Amino acid sequence: MADYDQPSGMGGHPSTAASAAAQQAAQAQLKKVKKQKVLLMGKSGSGKSSMRSIIFSNYLARDTRRLGATIDIDLSHVKFLGNLTLNLWDCGGQEAFMENYLSQQRAHVFSNVGVLIYVFDIESRDVDRDLATYVNIISALVQYSREAKVFVLIHKMDLIQPMTREDVFDRRVALVRRKTAEAVAIVRKQKPESQPSGPGGPAAGSVPQGSLPSPSDLSTPIPDLEVEMQLFATSIWDQSLYKAWASIIHDLVPNLSVIETQLASLGVAIDADEILLFERTSFLVVSKWTSPEGESNPYGDRFERMSNILKAWKHTCSKFTGTPRNAEQFSDFEYKMGANFSMFVTKFTTNTYILVCMPPGEARFNSAKLNVAAARPWFRFLDGPSMIAPTAGMGSSQMLSGLVGAAGGGGEA
Amino acid sequence: MASAFRRGSDAPLDPSTETRPQCVSRRTSRAMLNLHRVYEQNRQRVQQNLKDGAKVPEPIAVPHAKGKPRLLLMGQRRSGKSSISSVVFHKLPPNETLFLESTARIQKDSLNSFMEFQVWDFPGQIDVFDNPAFPFDMDAIFGEIGALIWVIDAQDDYLEAVARLNATILHLQRSYQHINIEVFIHKVDGLSDDYKLDIQRDITIRIQDELSDQGVENAPVNFHLTSIYNHSIFEAFSKVIQKLIPRLGQLEAMLTNLCRTCRFEKAYLFDVNTKIYIATDSTPEDMASYEICSDYVDVIIDFTEVYGSWQRSPEWRKRLEGPPWEQKLEDQVACEWAESGMVLADAQRPIMLREVDRFLALVAIMKEGSYEKMPQINMNVDVVVKGLTEFFEITKSKMTPTAVPGGVTAVGGGNGVMNGNGVVGDGH
Repeated sequence: MADYDQPSGMGGHPSTAASAAAQQAAQAQLKKVKKQKVLLMGKSGSGKSSMRSIIFSNYLARDTRRLGATIDIDLSHVKFLGNLTLNLWDCGGQEAFMENYLSQQRAHVFSNVGVLIYVFDIESRDVDRDLATYVNIISALVQYSREAKVFVLIHKMDLIQPMTREDVFDRRVALVRRKTAEAVAIVRKQKPESQPSGPGGPAAGSVPQGSLPSPSDLSTPIPDLEVEMQLFATSIWDQSLYKAWASIIHDLVPNLSVIETQLASLGVAIDADEILLFERTSFLVVSKWTSPEGESNPYGDRFERMSNILKAWKHTCSKFTGTPRNAEQFSDFEYKMGANFSMFVTKFTTNTYILVCMPPGEARFNSAKLNVAAARPWFRFLDGPSMIAPTAGMGSSQMLSGLVGAAGGGGEA
Repeated sequence: MASAFRRGSDAPLDPSTETRPQCVSRRTSRAMLNLHRVYEQNRQRVQQNLKDGAKVPEPIAVPHAKGKPRLLLMGQRRSGKSSISSVVFHKLPPNETLFLESTARIQKDSLNSFMEFQVWDFPGQIDVFDNPAFPFDMDAIFGEIGALIWVIDAQDDYLEAVARLNATILHLQRSYQHINIEVFIHKVDGLSDDYKLDIQRDITIRIQDELSDQGVENAPVNFHLTSIYNHSIFEAFSKVIQKLIPRLGQLEAMLTNLCRTCRFEKAYLFDVNTKIYIATDSTPEDMASYEICSDYVDVIIDFTEVYGSWQRSPEWRKRLEGPPWEQKLEDQVACEWAESGMVLADAQRPIMLREVDRFLALVAIMKEGSYEKMPQINMNVDVVVKGLTEFFEITKSKMTPTAVPGGVTAVGGGNGVMNGNGVVGDGH
């Protein structure tokens, strides 16, 4: 999404060397997309490192008890889908560290941020204090990285009685939203003073800011100073964690529109009810496609459930084979439920697994498996930065023509 | 179709779905002749044994074997009895057992599966044998054939528990000798392996000494190390329940045969609801195989719940049965029951699953390179499944008052195995 929208936006610029500039900008954009700075913040003990370990290092929920407190910032580079690297800044949440981030390391920590993930512990005793810290963090973020997306995770929801969970969550959402608005308002007031002195970053979000005329800075930025935020109720003991992280990842994946179009063409070609594309190590859903019939599935949480199930299964396999947790565990999983449905999960490209749920029938199943194998080349761009994605239209039309023969052959077999 | 993988499939038995599967058409092939030979040999051996007066396994003579087998859970209070029954029979996540209330009265559950069981959970504070205020009807409790499961908290002082267990065993030995006594040395998660064995040895010695002092030898007491936080509790229950299955040997023989002919490493017959395995082949058991097979069943249950538990629209069906297929959906599938296969990344030891009936599923770990022969294996499994279905039909009817003589059971069971042999012979 990011790749393809940006150049057209630049096209609006009244520039003479339009095409060259656009290309350069696109390339710069590509580089920027490839490395995303993700801040993981929240009070000490709220569960930041635990969730990171579960999602990216294949920990079991109960194994996270072993984790100690994070000291200062724990930097990790998570390779995701070959052409996206997440620079994950797991920021230790003890107050001394927090103050440090907000004062001495302020520019270092908060500039160039793609995504801020802020974790609230729902069981926390001192909510006001948590919120005060949160307001400070948000104002620092808005000051240095205005386009950063914010995801707020209300964590440890398993400790709340199931009956009251929704209520508690809604109330907390309202509170956090109000505080976010407050934080933004503070920055708005400060704006005139902070802008000249603040190291707005020559390399930082310079593209959109540079295009703004600096004298009118005082008046123009105020209306569009909005924080794009999403809130999730999470717990490491169920699939809710996968839901939150899948949406965090969703916006960061490059070429998402291409993936989606191609997945849809594949789905139609093989007559599937649902297709899910998972990242290999985290089993987060990268993209999905559902047929009109599949939409009537009453389980709205099925995507994160599948992530959770497959992740647990992977863990079982690693125990059985004695191979490391992060290694690849299974290559193929078939399941035919009589005249009800069939499904298979199989290794797709180097970095992905694909799950296909489809109507029953042996011939249909076998041809779908062949077709999925045949469609692999069209998703190969997911594997490396060097691969250039085919444009959406061309890719899907060619892919379709490549597939039809196979489907016919399978049908007759 | 009623399936074991559909949750809440507790519908009453529908006689129409219980039709007896027809045996494969009989033709005299070489394999068939071979079978006949094996069968004859077996029969002669049995007769030989009979003549020699050797002990033929026969159902234990129990006066009232008409009801359902009963599992009695007993032990000190807070030893984990209710947690065990909730985790095993009600699928409660282990970490939620912390919130269970203490049991105040006898909790009676019945477990509907391939066999019907009753599970009675006794409150720890009640001593069944020494309760002058409200004497229990001993026959009502211990009259049925079954097992007494005595739970001992290994992380607590267990001397009193052992003393009470001894008293119980002595009581039972006097009048209800048919009851198996299974001691669960519980809550052993987090204890080191050495320490676990030390505890087990200590408890075993204490019980045996006490019993032999009282002149009781060879009491049917078995020990299991268990915890609800791993698979050990399921494995222990599997062992307990296997002892209650009539003609378990036949079942095991069928599975062993299947393993040999299909080159399986290990095969389990699972009760899907509880993940207890009711039979396995004769190769040595190891925990790792059981764990992965049991988790496999879990994954299949989850998949089925998400994608198989809702009704598709008639239009969907119409489209799928229309051109170019022109066949009813039921005819487009090869097998009306759930079947699944899985290949590990290193391409070794694939795993397969096949649903047997409403309650049971066959799960097997295969050997390297056998996944390519899946169609053949599926045929073999099909035949064994038919044999199993026959087996259960015969043993089920034996439980009812109009009992079929034991000899027929053996032949019926043998038949299933033989069928299994026959197709396998053709295949190889």
